[in-house]
Amino acid sequence: MTASSNTTTPNPTPPTHLGWFVGIPTAAVVWWFAYSHLTDWADWVVATLGLRRETHLGEAVHFFAYDAPKVLLLLLGIVFVMGVVQTFFAPERTRALLSGKRLGIGNFLAALLGIVTPFCSCSAVPLFIGFLSAGVPLGVTFSFLISAPMVNEVALALLFGLFGWKVAALYLVTGLSIAIATGLVIGKLKMERYLQDWVRDIHMGDAALPTGTTLTWNDRFAAGLRHVREIVGKVWPYVLIGIAVGAGIHGYVPEELMAKLLGKDAPWWALPAAVAMGVPMYTNAAGIIPVVEALITKGAALGTTLAFMMSVIALSLPEMLILRNVLKLPLIATFAGVVAMGILFVGYLFNVLLN
Amino acid sequence: MEIKVLGTGCANCKNTVQLIESVANALGVSIQLEKVESLPEIMRYGVMSTPGVVIDGKVVHAGSVPARAQVESWLRPES
Repeated sequence: MTASSNTTTPNPTPPTHLGWFVGIPTAAVVWWFAYSHLTDWADWVVATLGLRRETHLGEAVHFFAYDAPKVLLLLLGIVFVMGVVQTFFAPERTRALLSGKRLGIGNFLAALLGIVTPFCSCSAVPLFIGFLSAGVPLGVTFSFLISAPMVNEVALALLFGLFGWKVAALYLVTGLSIAIATGLVIGKLKMERYLQDWVRDIHMGDAALPTGTTLTWNDRFAAGLRHVREIVGKVWPYVLIGIAVGAGIHGYVPEELMAKLLGKDAPWWALPAAVAMGVPMYTNAAGIIPVVEALITKGAALGTTLAFMMSVIALSLPEMLILRNVLKLPLIATFAGVVAMGILFVGYLFNVLLN
Repeated sequence: MEIKVLGTGCANCKNTVQLIESVANALGVSIQLEKVESLPEIMRYGVMSTPGVVIDGKVVHAGSVPARAQVESWLRPES
């Protein structure tokens, strides 16, 4: 009689290469089919519920039935692609790419890298210090720190889905510009002396991790899926709620009201007020953008609403509080102030250009 | 086995701790699990994106909650 061997459960292996080659194209086809039939679907939902589009309720339901799946589909697609792209840009690699770069080029590169480098706001501080101690100039680091949370794939996906590629591109370009400009200003002001003392004494250990060159495509696709589960899994309730609110506004709020508050007929201080309101608020992009869309289709000016959105996402009180650990107050104030001014400027620019 | 989870206290860091504990229980492996929240110490390990996982002094993972399979491979007793 033989003793039973040590039976351990086998490692769950990620899908094989073949699985990806079949799965991804299939998913793409299904995705495309669903995406191109959204209007038919929305019409069908309204008809099945016995409503007519001309009524408030019918209009609101149609908005929801159209936009909710559309936004979710876009999120799934774009977040997956970003998850894969991010496997090429571990922070260690970004840091190496930025170390020693001069002001100007460095800011530009940092802002771009902020889009594709994975970033969680609780990592803001270790990341910040890691960059500094590797020789990335303070201004360049700030460009990264501004671009990373603001120009994120969720915001871009939603803007693209709800407003088209032009608005998404506009957001991307202005977001990058604000990141670059702020970083340049802070760099020029030579505010290194406003770092907390312990930061300057810190010695960052050498990163002992692979910089992404040893990953297989298997790993990258798996990372993409994990990213989707992580982000879409966390964000979809906010998206649905946001779209529901948007649907309500779309169906029920009269146009003149929005125009009076936030649109062409709004008082001059509406824009600064919107930006100021956004500072203490922090939601993820997913929740706020559908609301933004409804506001705009009701006559709110695009510049004002985009500025509000940027203010909510880019200037978050929680992140300021965390940064307090590394930055002295004058530097934090400068950072918030310059970003806010950048956003205001962008807001005014849009309102003028698009009216 | 001495395991440290590096993180400043956001949800991902807590999830990593829970995951490691649950895998250790499932595999019946006894570990010494410590949560490191002090920034200077996190820096010492060269970890830039939390959560990070350090096993017996060596950084094995950083930047995300590790996959369950990964944690199992760390904890599984050497055959």
